[in-house]
Amino acid sequence: MDQLRDANWVLSVGTFLPLAGVLVMLFIPKAEEQLNKAVALITALATLAVGVYTLTQFDYDQAGKMQFVAETNWISVIKSTYYIGLDGISLPLYFLSMVITVLVMIYSWNHIPSPGNPKAFLILMLVLQTGMAGTFIAQDLILFFVFFELVLLPMYFMIGVWGGENRQYASLKFFLYTMFGSALMLVAFLALFFKTGAESFAIPYLVENGGAIAKNTQVWIFAGMFIGFAVKVPMFPFHTWLPDAHTQAPTQGSVILAAILLKLGTYGFMRIAIPILPDAAVEWAPWIGLLAVIGIIYGALGCLAQSDMKRLIAFSSVAHMGFVMLGISTLTSFGMNAAVFGMVAHGLITGMLFFVAGSVKERYHTLEIARLSGLLKQVPKLGWILGFCAMASLGLPGLAGFWGEFPAILSAYNPAPGLSEEIFRVYMVIAALGTVFAAAYLLWLYQRTAFGEPNPEFTSHGHSDDHDEIHDVNMFEWIAWTPLLIAIVVFGVMPNLMFKIIDPAVATIVAGIGG
Amino acid sequence: MFAASEAAAETAAVALKSGWFLENAWIIPIIPAVAFALIIFFGKKLPMKGSELGVLSMLASLVFAAGAGFQWIDRVNGASEEQFIDPVIKTWTWWQSGGFDLTIGQHIDGLSLTVLVVVAFISSLVQIYSLEYLRGDRRYTHFFASLTLFSAGMMNMVIADNMIQLILGWEIMGLCSFMLIGHWWEDGANSRAALKAFFTTRTGDIGLLVGTSILFFSANSWTQEHLGVSGFSIRGLSAWALTGNPGSVAITAGAFALFAACIGKSGQFPLHTWLPDAMAGPTPVSSLLHSSTMVVAGVFLVARLFPVFYEGMNIYGSSMNFITLIGGITIVIAALLAFVQNDIKKVLAYSTVSQLGYMMMGLGAGAWLPAVFHIFTHAFFKACLFLAAGSVSHSGSHHSFDMKKDMGGLRKYMPITFVTWVISTLALCGVFPLSGFFSKDEIIDNVGHAGYDVFMIVGLVGAFMTAAYMTRATYLTFFGEPRGAAAGEHHEEDSHGAHDSHDDHGAHDDHGAHASHGPHESNAFITVPLIILATLAIGAGFLNATPFGEKWENMKKWVEPRPVVVADMDHGSVGEMRGLRTADTMPATTDTVVATEDTIVVMEEGVSGEAKTAPLMAAAAPAESASGEEGHGEEGHGSHSSECGKKTPDAGVCYAPYVKHAPFKWSKAALSMLIVFAGIILSWLVSVQLYTRKAGFFFGLTKRNKLLAAGHAFLVNKYYLDHLYEKIIVRGIAHPIAKGAYWINQNVLDGVVNGAGIGTKGIARWVYRNVDQRVVDGAVNGSGAVARGAGGALRPVQSGKVNQYGALLFAAAAVAGLVLIIINT
Repeated sequence: MDQLRDANWVLSVGTFLPLAGVLVMLFIPKAEEQLNKAVALITALATLAVGVYTLTQFDYDQAGKMQFVAETNWISVIKSTYYIGLDGISLPLYFLSMVITVLVMIYSWNHIPSPGNPKAFLILMLVLQTGMAGTFIAQDLILFFVFFELVLLPMYFMIGVWGGENRQYASLKFFLYTMFGSALMLVAFLALFFKTGAESFAIPYLVENGGAIAKNTQVWIFAGMFIGFAVKVPMFPFHTWLPDAHTQAPTQGSVILAAILLKLGTYGFMRIAIPILPDAAVEWAPWIGLLAVIGIIYGALGCLAQSDMKRLIAFSSVAHMGFVMLGISTLTSFGMNAAVFGMVAHGLITGMLFFVAGSVKERYHTLEIARLSGLLKQVPKLGWILGFCAMASLGLPGLAGFWGEFPAILSAYNPAPGLSEEIFRVYMVIAALGTVFAAAYLLWLYQRTAFGEPNPEFTSHGHSDDHDEIHDVNMFEWIAWTPLLIAIVVFGVMPNLMFKIIDPAVATIVAGIGG
Repeated sequence: MFAASEAAAETAAVALKSGWFLENAWIIPIIPAVAFALIIFFGKKLPMKGSELGVLSMLASLVFAAGAGFQWIDRVNGASEEQFIDPVIKTWTWWQSGGFDLTIGQHIDGLSLTVLVVVAFISSLVQIYSLEYLRGDRRYTHFFASLTLFSAGMMNMVIADNMIQLILGWEIMGLCSFMLIGHWWEDGANSRAALKAFFTTRTGDIGLLVGTSILFFSANSWTQEHLGVSGFSIRGLSAWALTGNPGSVAITAGAFALFAACIGKSGQFPLHTWLPDAMAGPTPVSSLLHSSTMVVAGVFLVARLFPVFYEGMNIYGSSMNFITLIGGITIVIAALLAFVQNDIKKVLAYSTVSQLGYMMMGLGAGAWLPAVFHIFTHAFFKACLFLAAGSVSHSGSHHSFDMKKDMGGLRKYMPITFVTWVISTLALCGVFPLSGFFSKDEIIDNVGHAGYDVFMIVGLVGAFMTAAYMTRATYLTFFGEPRGAAAGEHHEEDSHGAHDSHDDHGAHDDHGAHASHGPHESNAFITVPLIILATLAIGAGFLNATPFGEKWENMKKWVEPRPVVVADMDHGSVGEMRGLRTADTMPATTDTVVATEDTIVVMEEGVSGEAKTAPLMAAAAPAESASGEEGHGEEGHGSHSSECGKKTPDAGVCYAPYVKHAPFKWSKAALSMLIVFAGIILSWLVSVQLYTRKAGFFFGLTKRNKLLAAGHAFLVNKYYLDHLYEKIIVRGIAHPIAKGAYWINQNVLDGVVNGAGIGTKGIARWVYRNVDQRVVDGAVNGSGAVARGAGGALRPVQSGKVNQYGALLFAAAAVAGLVLIIINT
């Protein structure tokens, strides 16, 4: 591998710096809450600084190539190496994970969920950050798997300890379901390793040699990966862990889950499953597309049936990730570009929606849609932000969501050679129908919660102690949210900021399928 | 080189003029977009609460648009008779995918400038009017912000160089209509109307997304090769549609899909139901969005991509196509509904729907210019009518819009409003020589001339009905005895407030501003816009006064694209195309003036080298243009290279199809005048019987005759379409279907998961008890509590459950992996 730059330390530092913060925090007593928070935030900011440095050092003319590549021996007994690198697909997601962690940290400054203990909470978040960033840069399947699994535990504890009333069920379900998928994925990785001559787990090596595997075998190996990634995405019908996990998770957990964790699955499809097993991908694509469009409609229907705001947003993730998967399933550069854009856009927008839901819950102590109304009157700024996010989420052009949604629909008209045009054109129409459903559930949500007069239950001041006076967006919220809100507009207006990076990298992958 | 180009100019074409405003027309939508942001963030701190920014940005846009308009006229006048007037196109890379650069930019031609000027003009007047109408409103700043963003969206759509940019503007308008219709969202009816408007148009937008996709992939390789633009480009799609290359299925499917979007946006049957409900918004909103701008977006799209519809819908190919059918149905059903409305704004809303039907029908029958001209004239008189209705409610009927309850006899109190209303009504009815006559009559005439005979009759029937329902509304509002609020009665709460969405007084905070509650004339903020609009309602028609001969047909000259074959890249690589390509790769802009000079050089090459293109340019036969009044119809246009749209041009591309023009005949005009006057007189007589004498044959007719009663009920219930949509489709999906899907989710899909969990637990127990006592010793004891309370973070690690399941899963996976490897070896 030619190393584009000498600065190949940046990725390792960017990935493992949070663990250094964890190490420091281990020596700080639990009672020193402010100090713990400060150390965690500084660590996250330092990590972000490394991320920004990565952005500045990235060679945008070579976005299709792996950059900052580092490769050293790791577990030589199973021929696994510490092999990392970053291209135009990884970069936006890698950077997004850093941004989201910082913003969540800021939000956490005065929003540590019950039962408190910021030290443990923030340590978990830093560990999570390492796992997320590592997944996006790993170029070795075992390394990928380790990072992929590393994400699981902190999230399990976040939901299980700081979650809502039904947290035990939700966290266990989350953990086991994902674990189940991971297990099959690991099997697939092992099979791949052995079928390519037990030489290496390195992704570039496997991409080169994976295509030589007999088609039938490829299809089986793909099945294993499919389950692993599809659970994570989550695709219909493997999505049932998601609404529970989201609903029960603390706000911070929901945000990270929606913004980053779901992308590990779609990223896996693009980075591993499809390039390594191109023949199998062509076989599987119509089925993935089918599940994707079912997910779009089904997720929307699920949203319409919800009476809880957070659960509704959770279901909307199923629908949105359906668009991402539809894009991927076309195996075209249009589709995959849309998918990567969609991943980031969904991360920004749905992350933001969960922030808003968290703040509504904090103020009203409920997320029951029927009890909320007149947000625009009582907390006008929060109401406006909710409206803005709803509009972004339903794919309004000019905001980021559109660029994940419309190109995905577009791409389905003309899938890769070897895929049935008729089938995908049907998917296209169904997906387009999904945009109407998205408008329906989001606007209906907005109409019910933001419009109208505030519920008298929450307007009576002072006569009972169970509700604090309901205040509008506070400073920490503004600091945490503003970057996301700006990003949603900026990427919506100037989508090429991201497409420019993604397109060459996607072209590399698609070229592999064609060959 | 200069000499060479001059020589070329003599033989073929003159260099097209351009100018700063034309080249920089893309600034026009940016001005209000920036103003929107400023109003949102700083508006409340400004002395006039941000409204000044809105008004100023509109006026600035108007200046820019007018400047560009004059430069365009200059460009056309400077060109030779038979030359294709290149639109002024500028593009920048907006996004890229699959190695294609996809652009954002401007596509300025006669059509876009016509609509731009109208939008900027009406927006300015409406904003000025709103200064008074919304004075003291609780969301005054937000109102102006939304109104400004709305105009930005419309203008962006109008100048769009490509479909994606068009969709951008299209959807921004959707968003703003949501915000503006639901402006007084405290009232549930208003927010429901807002939702309905957004949702209905969004349903049509499925077609926009699908149609754009179909056309993009069908056209992209052709457009890239021949024009160097993407398959989203308006110009590319237009040229591609007329090449004869498109497979008939693709272009037909694309055209139908796009038309579905137009049905939604332009309130055509059967998706017109949102438009009358949208009257819940403040009256200036109705005037801007629902008469002259947003709802014409669909008509504009058909006009913009006319070649696609021309080929896809086979215009001129038969005596009926989908567009004329929908347009024709819409004219009649909406006009019928206008008869049973009591709300003055709803009469106007249905009237708008009906007039949009005319525009669609005209486009469907190939009457491109009359339809576009009708967009132009209709904007003035309909905006005037809405603003007059607003004036009536503002100062005459104490914020009521109920004609039967709260109006009557207002002509005495509100003379200016009355006169402007009557002028606009006559213009709407198409009375000679007011503006509506010159556009509407031309549509009807051309529809018949193109062989769509049935639809010509529909048009005439529609004209009769228009005259009749407008007379009824005029009578109810301004004649007879004052009733209710118009008579000075004051009622606190509107009884229909609970059921009907409307823009009512309850929504105004500031009652003190209206000291007198009796009817009186509105102040200058309101009357001046009315007078200006009424003047235009009289005069605008003379811009294209076909009856007076060709000299008067300025719109035709300036706006109608000429069906001339133009060389493409394959046939001599036209300079402008080259310019476009450079613009794709560089952030710099294309300089069209330079580009056109290139064109001339190419032309010259064409003369010497490729003989194919030269004759086409030289085909300007001056002989026929001199022919008399009869001649300037179809034959006059025959002098253009009428190949376009009929057969594949083999030497270049066309950007516009050949369209027919009906020769004007006074006899036909007299007939339609007769019909209109019959409508007015008949309706007057009936109105007197019904509303003043309350006696006579027509009074209580619907009560006496069962059939008529049923018809009346059918109309009052709006053909039960709302029932179908809201009660059956929407409720069906939102309730049983969604609930059913969710039930399946919770009980079937999740049941499987939980079942698997419980099953695994069972197996685990069994394994534990019977097979291996050593597995996770003591774990079961600790398995009860997973996580409980503060500081419990690390406890779950010790809890057996996770380990136990994890171990089992991995064991199972290992076995499965082994099996897989064995099978496949």
